[in-house]
Amino acid sequence: MNYNIILAGVGGQGGLSVSVLIANAALTAGFQVKQSEVHGMSQRGGEVVAHLRIADYEIQSPTIPKGAADLILAFEPLEALRYLPWLSASRGMVVSSLTPIRNFSAYPDTAEVVAEIKNLPNYRILDAETIARQAGNVKAANICLLGAAADLLPLKADSLRKQIELYFSAKGEAMVMANLKAFDEGRNKYGA
Amino acid sequence: MPDFVFSGDEAIARGAIDSGVSAAFAYPGTPSTEIMEFLQAHWDEYKATLSDEERAFVVAQWCSNEKTAYEAALGVSFVGRRAMVSMKHVGLNVAMDPFINSALVKINGGLVIVVADDPGMFSSQNEQDSRILADFAHIPCFEPSDQQEAYAMVRDAFAYSEIHEIPVLLRITTRLAHARAQIQVSPGMAPRALKKCSDPTAWTLMPGFARPRWRLLLKKYERFRADGEELAKLELRDKALGVITCGIGLKYYLENEDDWAALHGDKRPSHLHIDRYPLGRDKIQDLSNYVSKILVIEEGYPYIEREIVGTFDAPLPVLGKLSGDLSLSGELTADSVRLALGLAPLEALAASSIELPSRPPQFCQGCPHGDSFNALKAALQDEAEFLTTSDIGCYALAALPPYNAVESCVDMGASIGMARGASCVGQKNAVAVIGDSTFYHSGMTNLLDAVAHRSKLTLLILDNSTTGMTGAQPTISPGSRMKTLIEGLGVEAAHIRELEAHRKSHDINVAAIREELTYDGVSVIILKRECLEYLKKVRQQ
Ligand code: SF4
Repeated sequence: MNYNIILAGVGGQGGLSVSVLIANAALTAGFQVKQSEVHGMSQRGGEVVAHLRIADYEIQSPTIPKGAADLILAFEPLEALRYLPWLSASRGMVVSSLTPIRNFSAYPDTAEVVAEIKNLPNYRILDAETIARQAGNVKAANICLLGAAADLLPLKADSLRKQIELYFSAKGEAMVMANLKAFDEGRNKYGA
Repeated sequence: MPDFVFSGDEAIARGAIDSGVSAAFAYPGTPSTEIMEFLQAHWDEYKATLSDEERAFVVAQWCSNEKTAYEAALGVSFVGRRAMVSMKHVGLNVAMDPFINSALVKINGGLVIVVADDPGMFSSQNEQDSRILADFAHIPCFEPSDQQEAYAMVRDAFAYSEIHEIPVLLRITTRLAHARAQIQVSPGMAPRALKKCSDPTAWTLMPGFARPRWRLLLKKYERFRADGEELAKLELRDKALGVITCGIGLKYYLENEDDWAALHGDKRPSHLHIDRYPLGRDKIQDLSNYVSKILVIEEGYPYIEREIVGTFDAPLPVLGKLSGDLSLSGELTADSVRLALGLAPLEALAASSIELPSRPPQFCQGCPHGDSFNALKAALQDEAEFLTTSDIGCYALAALPPYNAVESCVDMGASIGMARGASCVGQKNAVAVIGDSTFYHSGMTNLLDAVAHRSKLTLLILDNSTTGMTGAQPTISPGSRMKTLIEGLGVEAAHIRELEAHRKSHDINVAAIREELTYDGVSVIILKRECLEYLKKVRQQ
């Protein structure tokens, strides 16, 4: 078994936290894990991408080869499109947030970006931000997206919930509850 | 059960702790910063394992720059204890003087230099390859291929350094530094006892003492070559292809090896993996005698490839970066290695049909630099001629839209020297922009030159109390002492202005910059306000 995830977003969206969360759940389940992220200059409001590889054997490359990703988890729709060549033609799935972050002038037309995602063979697109806001904290949009992809991962939803609790416990009960709710709402939408 | 999930940087830091390191020194620089961050975060835990008298004498410190860090480490080695210095690749340029000369001294306590190269320039101004600098210095270089090896090699490097009385350079690259994997750790060692080197002439590089040290080093270097050769792993298998890997190149090769075998009747290429330099020759020769073609997979410059091309008894094609089979620029990937191995790409989705412009990095919302550059631009607005040089840090982003406010970013401290040089030969309104951390690192000596020669120069120091770009590490000196420091360097008090880098002070700041532009001498304008990342970090602590 191997499962490769690209987590794509913009600096400050919490993509790296989701990567750590999934990795911890995979480790607890006894899998091997390799995770690669980009630090430094590109973090200042630029593109942020993490590669997460899960397998039940020794993983070699720290990054995912093109055509080998099972899932793109995109916290921003334009960022979803950027990594399409990494997605497996046969099994690849895009789970993307609907809300664009238009922080630069050359950003293409939003409708065009969304239409491009809807042209893909396998996609899920959701308004994670609104769902998260209703769940109690707009910052939980990243966890809502994770919920929407939960059934695709080689992990039990309960083990992800547990990691969410652990991860946010330092930030207080309200934060834990909002994130769990966002996760469950994401699952209800798609990942049940 | 694996013990920990560590990035390469963290594995190295843990390796140093488990080697009984007495002192670690560094200046922040991506992708090496997290080594010191991990050490500092775990230092109390480490101290708790030490005896009372040892506890007082272990340190993990940020330094003014890589050179001062290196020199402090040399002192630690002199008195018999273990020291590690870590830096990014361009930091080694700053530390080049102690680096080259430390090859000649008689290392006492183990000295390990960790240098993180940045092929692909994720956060750097060049792609220089530290293996070549190690060779230049005649210092042995170890290169791990993953996190587990990085951990183990730190321990090996300390031992090797002490046995051979030589510093050891551990070379990593961005992907290894920042990727995480499970590693297993071994029991830690206690720090070494304080014991000064008994042979001071071996540390006194005056010509008479240095000459025999150089001859000894030349002899030792051949020994290092033989040791590296012995550890290189050679497997003679299929004759059609011989693959030479080093560092993380090994992982990209192994990612594809099964597919190559599937295409070649289950046979695998002959393979030589090298993890220490200087480069041994015998196994490379053995491989070349056996196969009909060689592919070199190395991260960085075509260092091995250049060393071996054209050196074989019979003509033999060598594929790699010089041959164009792999790119000379950028980092290796599993994909580029796949193509170089002659394998078809995996079946992937097509790229998006709409154009995807890249998302330029920009200042955090509310960053004080934005306000400083708005003031600078307004002050220069009516000037027909000006030059704005900048330096290394977040503020270099002002070279991009919407600011387009600075015209250079070359190396640490260059902003001041360049503005001074240009001003000397007639450039009007020469303005240098530098951050506080970069000023302490390499700006002060340039300012001293400007004062000595009464150069006409306006210096903007953007004092945000931290090294922002690398994640808000503390600066070496508090902002409260900045003004005194600059006065001490000889700038006239009347031309040192302390202002607030804030929108609400915009008019005052513009007026001050304009006034100082008219001054025929050195002016320094300190624009103060904390970096937002720094404030966030302080609040979390
Ligand atoms: S990290 Fe600090 S200095 Fe850098 S852009 Fe953000 S606020 Fe500005």
